[in-house]
Amino acid sequence: MPTITLDKNYLLKLVGKKISDKELNERIPMLGTDLDKIDKDEIIVEVYPNRPDMLSEQGFARALSSFLGIETGLRKYEVKRSNSICRVDKTLKSWPYVVTAIVKGLEFNDERIREIVQLQEKLHITHLRDRRKGGIGIYPLDKIAMPITFTSESLDNINFRPLESNKEMTGKEILENHDAGKKYKHILEGEDKYPVFIDANKVIMSMPPIINSHTVGKVDEKTRDVFVECTGTDLNALQQCLNIVITSLADMGGEIYSMDVLYKDRLVSPNLRPMKMKLDVSYVNKLLGLKLGSREVKKFLQKMGMDYENNTALIPRYRVNILHPVDLAGEIAIAHGYENFVEEMPDVSTIGEESKESVFFNKIMDLLVGLGFTEVKTYHLTNENNLNKKMENEVKFISLENSLNADYSILRSWLIPSLMEVLSKNKHHEYPQKIFEIGTLFEEDGKEESGIKEFTRLSLVITHNKVDFTEVKQVLDSLFCNLGLSYEIERVKHNSFIEGRVGRVVVNGRKIAYIGEVHPKVISNWDLELPVVALELNLSELMEVLS
Amino acid sequence: MDIQDIANSLHHLERAILPLIKKEISFKDLVEKSKLKEVNVLRAIQWLQDKKIIAIKEEGKEIISLGINGEKSLKEGLPERRILDVLDKDLSLDEIEKEAKLDKNEFNIGIGILKKKGFIEIKDKIVSLSAGGKKSKKKELLEEIFIKKLPIEGLKLSEEDKLTLNGLRKRKELISINIIKERTIWLTELGESLSKVAVDENLIEGVTKEVILGKEWDKKKFRSYNLDSFAPRVYPGKKHFVSQAIDYIKKVWLEMGFKEMKGNLVQTSFWNFDALFTAQDHPVRELHDTFFIKGLKGKLPKDERISNRVRMVHENGGDTGSLGWGYKWDPKEALKLVLRTHTTCLSVKTLADLKNMPGKFFSVGKVFRNETVDWSHLFEFNQVEGIVVDPDANFKHLLGYLKQYYKKLGYEDVKFRPAFFPYTSQSTECIVYDKEHKKWIEFGGAGIFRPEVVMPLLGKDIPVLAWGQGLERSILNYYGLKGLREIYDNDLKRLREMKIWR
Repeated sequence: MPTITLDKNYLLKLVGKKISDKELNERIPMLGTDLDKIDKDEIIVEVYPNRPDMLSEQGFARALSSFLGIETGLRKYEVKRSNSICRVDKTLKSWPYVVTAIVKGLEFNDERIREIVQLQEKLHITHLRDRRKGGIGIYPLDKIAMPITFTSESLDNINFRPLESNKEMTGKEILENHDAGKKYKHILEGEDKYPVFIDANKVIMSMPPIINSHTVGKVDEKTRDVFVECTGTDLNALQQCLNIVITSLADMGGEIYSMDVLYKDRLVSPNLRPMKMKLDVSYVNKLLGLKLGSREVKKFLQKMGMDYENNTALIPRYRVNILHPVDLAGEIAIAHGYENFVEEMPDVSTIGEESKESVFFNKIMDLLVGLGFTEVKTYHLTNENNLNKKMENEVKFISLENSLNADYSILRSWLIPSLMEVLSKNKHHEYPQKIFEIGTLFEEDGKEESGIKEFTRLSLVITHNKVDFTEVKQVLDSLFCNLGLSYEIERVKHNSFIEGRVGRVVVNGRKIAYIGEVHPKVISNWDLELPVVALELNLSELMEVLS
Repeated sequence: MDIQDIANSLHHLERAILPLIKKEISFKDLVEKSKLKEVNVLRAIQWLQDKKIIAIKEEGKEIISLGINGEKSLKEGLPERRILDVLDKDLSLDEIEKEAKLDKNEFNIGIGILKKKGFIEIKDKIVSLSAGGKKSKKKELLEEIFIKKLPIEGLKLSEEDKLTLNGLRKRKELISINIIKERTIWLTELGESLSKVAVDENLIEGVTKEVILGKEWDKKKFRSYNLDSFAPRVYPGKKHFVSQAIDYIKKVWLEMGFKEMKGNLVQTSFWNFDALFTAQDHPVRELHDTFFIKGLKGKLPKDERISNRVRMVHENGGDTGSLGWGYKWDPKEALKLVLRTHTTCLSVKTLADLKNMPGKFFSVGKVFRNETVDWSHLFEFNQVEGIVVDPDANFKHLLGYLKQYYKKLGYEDVKFRPAFFPYTSQSTECIVYDKEHKKWIEFGGAGIFRPEVVMPLLGKDIPVLAWGQGLERSILNYYGLKGLREIYDNDLKRLREMKIWR
């Protein structure tokens, strides 16, 4: 979640009322924002990803002012027509959309510039998915000549001085050497042409979504009028971002002007007419357990900066999270106040039931605890060295595509290695050591929906100076005696164990366990010094045998 | 305790050695005189000291003896001697190494020492004896004299010996210096007076079958025990404390009438993300957040209607009344396998298979995030989650269930705040008052599954209340552990001694 720092005094000026810190502390969280802290000059909040419109002082103030009942309902943003045009020509298939607007009559200072840069940056990260969905550009209007063109140009032919650089660079150089280029070149990887804005004098204004021109794409304190564009892959998201930026600029005192974007069809941009969504009062009441009338619904929606007329909600165009009437019910719940709902415990009787696996595994656990074993819990992820090499074994396993930890990059397919690791970490503790784990293991299996079969095994190890096969067989024998099962042990070969001292346990013709004395080579591999005996028993199969 | 009682409470070992301590006596002498095993005498003096009957002074004595290489050198000669021995004429370095039969290490040491002492000269890798060297060839070196004296007590070294020792100490495992503890024992005032008291020799020690059947107890007294004496700790077999916490929380859910859900840790992205209305370009589906399985693909659900409805809901909302996400849904993305990032995939699978309503279900299980491990981050941890499927449920009911649930967990005061989760509406953060630490803590999230989640699975819009929380944080809180990693470090001492879950 993005964290933003708000200028408290400016925010309160925008809200239009002096509000105590105590009240801010109480009310901001109830609006649905995670409040980090309030101090003398700053408010630090984490804005949930469904409210990118609250990522600026202006947007935050708008929402808070409505919620506190200071200025409720839809905000009016007049959009005047300009005659400016944005041509759309030979755009990239992978970066096809553009929306634009003009905002005039602004007064920038350092603080306002910081705010607008913060807003732009946070929108890039959140709603535009780190620019993969789109990029936003803001330009001083007096530096560019209308009409402008959104087009594409081969990287060698792009040549301008980008922001944060003191010389002209080609498109290729920008992607290779400029910080922004290096950071975002993966977005349009493999394209030999790149999107560009060019003004009427054929001056390159920017190379979205990477960087603006220093010459014509840098806003400073002297800037009064700006040209704003959003380009990218998702028209809806671009319009939302454009609206969030220009309404914030309008709240700074600017006037919004539309432009004509010339696709095949002419698109007048921006569109700030409220979005409409049908909403039945009865639906809201059923979902929230309330008995609201349509006047209350209207009042609550107004507290969320919306309106309600003729069973229809009117939603401002900078709101992005209203996908379904359920979201309007959510807004109404927030306006009503979560603290004002009276909890109800319905009389719905159902019968509790533990899963069969849980019941069975718990019984096995009880037996082992009775036999003096300590349960350990190890990770499902491990590495090849532990799973195979140290065990002198070669079992198959499933790998992860992308683990950040080399030590935890494959799924375990047997459990004894994990217990050996536990022993190796506990050499300095008292012996004898008797530990067990019941854990999930993984095996490739095309029949499963997930392509992987998961099963549960019990594994246990005992180590002390005099331990031998008899001691682990006693445990096995005790378990099977208590389960009322008879078993046989077949002699097998297994590289992790001493030859002649390892067997497979067979129950009703099914091979369900390994039992034996661990080979001294393996013990040494784990940097251990005392003998170890081990048992690994497939509980999933054992359950089938028993049922 | 009166002095006679003290006398009667003495263990037979104590009684055996006490008369032997007349004046100061060393531990070694005491063992010899008592004819008991050393360990028994040790126990007895420990007990007597605990009862303040005797005093023990411990002193460390420095003993200098030969190390492994020292033993060897004593037998075969020090490396420098062995080199001197073969130097009857000038020899090259290689020749010396061969003739003296030294390993590389010993050879280097020997040559180094002889050079330092000025006994040899080396020119163009040819070694010749100096005048001093020729003399020393016939004489015993100081070092040779010294090592013959070992072992020796540190206090008894002459100044010259000390210098020699300092030189030899620097050489690998030639000398070994150990501190040996010497104990001196004498009677305290209490001990003095106790030694004058007549001890009833005829006390019963252990209760045996013979004692019981022979009715000895009718005639004799029992020796009384020191109830404070140290008893070596034993450890019970035990469940891991995380399992204990899981058992506890499961009981809460079962008592509230919920049925347990189980399912695989590896899931298709379809169940982990798509069915939960998580757009295919959502950051959580990227490699740095979620573990993906290499080289394997899953399948879409057998019931094609489900995947079709999920596709529609992503693309344009389908028949749910939603706008959808407005992009082209790609089944290939849905087939990617992941280690589940939440147990909510079990909840939606339960919905897809649901037979009867109303129903209540819960799960406790591992979930995974692609994190690097450090004290505050784990890449796998437990999530607790429950759902209520009830056509008549509403938001007030959700808060009612939550209130009851937290009360059962021991939190009387609960507050609810608006929050955001991608697959619920009326999303809520639950804040509970922790009486023990006297503060409000965030403890879980809740909401009602969105129609975009429910309708493709159930075919109709039924409210599904859902809530849950992580488990490890509350374990950390309860046990006062330093970091999340300590929960799964499997330190046996901790596991054996950790108090049981409330």
